[in-house]
Amino acid sequence: MTERNPEGGTQVADTVIAPHVEAPVNPTGEAADAVRAAARKKALITGIGFILVGLYALWAFGFGTSGGEDAVFGMTVPNRDTTHVGDLSLPARGVAIAMSVVCMIAGGLRIAFDRSRLATRLSIALFLIAFVIAFLVWAVAGKQMSFAGALQNTLLAAVPLVLGALAGVIGERSGVVNIAIDGQFLFGAFAAALTGSVTGSLWAGLAAGAVAGALIGALLAVFAVRYLVEQVVLGVVINLLVTGITGFLYTQLLQKDPEQYNNPGVFDNIRIPGFADIPVIGPVLFDVNVIVYLMYALIVIVHLGLFHTRWGLRARAVGEHPTAADTVGIKVNATRYRNVIMAGAIAGVGGAFLTIGTVGTFSKDMTSGAGYIALAAVIFGRWRPLGAVAAALLFGFTSALATSLQPLNTSIPSQFLQMMPYVVTIFAVAGLVGKVRAPAAANKPYTKG
Amino acid sequence: MTEDNKSTPGEPSEAKPAATRPAGASASAPPKPSLGRAMLDGIITGNSAVVTFLAILLALVVGGVLMILADQDVLDQYKYFTAAPGDALSASWSLVSDAYSAMFKGSIMNPDLFADGSLEDNFRPISETITQATPLIFGGLAVSIAFRTGLFNIGAQGQIIAGAVFASWIGFVVDLPPVIHLVFVILAGVIGGGLYAGIAGFLKARYGAHEVIVTIMLNHIAVLLLGWLLTTDTFRRGGQSQPIGKDANDNAVLPNLFGDNLRIHFGIILALLAAGIYWWLLNRSTLGFELRAVGSNPDAARTAGMSVARAQILAMVIAGAMAGLAGVSQVMSSTNPAHTLTPSIDAGIGFDAITVALLGRTKPLGTVLAALLFGALRAGGSVMQASANVSVDIVIVIQAVIVLFVAAPPLVRSIFRLRGAREGAEGGPLAAKETVGVQA
Repeated sequence: MTERNPEGGTQVADTVIAPHVEAPVNPTGEAADAVRAAARKKALITGIGFILVGLYALWAFGFGTSGGEDAVFGMTVPNRDTTHVGDLSLPARGVAIAMSVVCMIAGGLRIAFDRSRLATRLSIALFLIAFVIAFLVWAVAGKQMSFAGALQNTLLAAVPLVLGALAGVIGERSGVVNIAIDGQFLFGAFAAALTGSVTGSLWAGLAAGAVAGALIGALLAVFAVRYLVEQVVLGVVINLLVTGITGFLYTQLLQKDPEQYNNPGVFDNIRIPGFADIPVIGPVLFDVNVIVYLMYALIVIVHLGLFHTRWGLRARAVGEHPTAADTVGIKVNATRYRNVIMAGAIAGVGGAFLTIGTVGTFSKDMTSGAGYIALAAVIFGRWRPLGAVAAALLFGFTSALATSLQPLNTSIPSQFLQMMPYVVTIFAVAGLVGKVRAPAAANKPYTKG
Repeated sequence: MTEDNKSTPGEPSEAKPAATRPAGASASAPPKPSLGRAMLDGIITGNSAVVTFLAILLALVVGGVLMILADQDVLDQYKYFTAAPGDALSASWSLVSDAYSAMFKGSIMNPDLFADGSLEDNFRPISETITQATPLIFGGLAVSIAFRTGLFNIGAQGQIIAGAVFASWIGFVVDLPPVIHLVFVILAGVIGGGLYAGIAGFLKARYGAHEVIVTIMLNHIAVLLLGWLLTTDTFRRGGQSQPIGKDANDNAVLPNLFGDNLRIHFGIILALLAAGIYWWLLNRSTLGFELRAVGSNPDAARTAGMSVARAQILAMVIAGAMAGLAGVSQVMSSTNPAHTLTPSIDAGIGFDAITVALLGRTKPLGTVLAALLFGALRAGGSVMQASANVSVDIVIVIQAVIVLFVAAPPLVRSIFRLRGAREGAEGGPLAAKETVGVQA
């Protein structure tokens, strides 16, 4: 079940067009040629796109910055650092020009090495990093921005997205589309806050968050698997249901007596000695609370589980070709039930992070569509756990940037930065940034004859 | 699961496992039984009308239970349940019945006012219900028409915002005589919503981008764009710290139908007109036939020489135009006395529209009736919140539960022990598009 990319075809093609092969095999050769031509065309288009964007960056960011101004990036995480790192001060104009040139070079590399998968990925990464740096020094020129703070905000914004995206990946890989991630977030957040307050135990709150998410998962599974309801519609309706229930109970209970019902507190950070002493990223990654560590573990578990265990093979079989899976004795619907409920629990933990992991109180509709961004991360990450994690981090970074740049009064409205995940996802599903393919049997209930 | 989908008379069981999308009227209708026989069968096996009614009943019960669970005073009574069960039960009953009777008074008729209230007072609840239902009809039609073409339009929210922005802009940027200005405002809303939905239709037709994902993303983009527009000088009202748009000219506003004291406005006429157009389009026009054909089976439609891409784009544009009208009604009607753009101009109608379309089974009359029901819930809900101290959010719960039950007729039948409870999914747009499985 490795995903196929256009470049992957080259190896086959080389063996096919061997000296002794005769005409009848040629269709394969032609097909391979077509694939290669398509890959070259794509590389050309994206490469030219990179170069154009680089030129724009040169004009807007490079020459748009007056010379002699410095962009200052704070490198210490607010309130929690032991290793003191000095602020990073960059000559804005020079760096912006250099990075714009790097953008164009990345475009050139993309065109030159259109057949190497590694070079493709490297050129894309190079382009993205250079563009972000050019943009940042332009935006911060003559001012100061806490870079470490932005990294920290990235992680905080990404935790629920990562957990939600993992839940989405498990569900869709098993053949059940989960639009209800947002509902699982909201119910998890609500249950964690309420239970944490009433019992006075954050651990009970965390467990309640997971159970709440699993309950929504079970609801989704019952209607999708047992009653064959259209899964997209179902997810939307479930989200509405959860919005109603939590909104109602919030107004009737939590808001009337917040001391008793909406006062769970927040998990303390746990500092891992050694790791937390790494400059800049150490305190960001290793001085965090238990839910974040749980997320680290879940990323590894879900990735290994999905691709290297019997459970994962079965889940993927059920999501790709349920009839075949059934033929070899895998219980399709039981597998789907189990996985969707489990995924719901993971998303519920993500929801719990919103209350007992950061803010400490529940408020009405507090997810504000985070579940849909998690869904976007699933697709942008091409239904792979690590891809989804990377997408979630990217989305978290854009929202952190929007927050960090707001006080700097840049000429780019913060709404446009916040829009990035959605725009990028539209491009992704339109196939403009590479082929995306959902698991074949996602959103298709299985019925036995 | 058994596969023998005994089709209930009158309502062709449209989605058998492994079958494709429901077509409107199936070509080979089964011989019609007599009316009396059909009704009897309907009650016993639970056809769609009965299932809908029972689903509404169940949803009200669920709402009542939730009210009791959220009321501290009533819950305290349950601590002495073994000693005085009557107290707990009567407290629960009075809580729930007060809430629902307030809802009835707010949405249909207030018996207290019947004798000595004015005609306006007596008509007010109905007027409120219709006012609330108006944007829901537009939204429900927007979702329905896409459904019939095999597309899930989750993007009504974004389309409503786009329509509202266009309409509001035309409303304050020009000064035109009466009627003409309103016509331009309505056209602007139609164009705004249509164009915005057209993006999703185009991406679907040209690149195969899944319209669900695209419309969801476009919703968020629309909300953010609206937030940004309300910071610009073009849209933002001067001298305001709040992000509020400029006032529309008086000529741009949908007039009230029965004076200033009742909020019912011209929008409901437009909504009924839109429903009529939808009916005509779907059942009487060539385009509608193509849309339904593409919705039932795109491959067959393509083989028959129809352009699937064209149908998909057109369906989305028409859907967006309908949603844009909801945007017009949000900005330019009595529900928005200042007639300005606000950050929450869509008021959640985009998602309610999906439930309206589902409950109405994507049919014109059904959509209107479902919108009236949910409009009544909204109108009654605000009265309930004020007089019975029960949060209006319960309305969203009731709405979602109704649709969930309607989505799974076998569940409703098993609760009420009606015959045929062990059949699989059936009927309507709620059933899965396609299923994988051994085809018997």
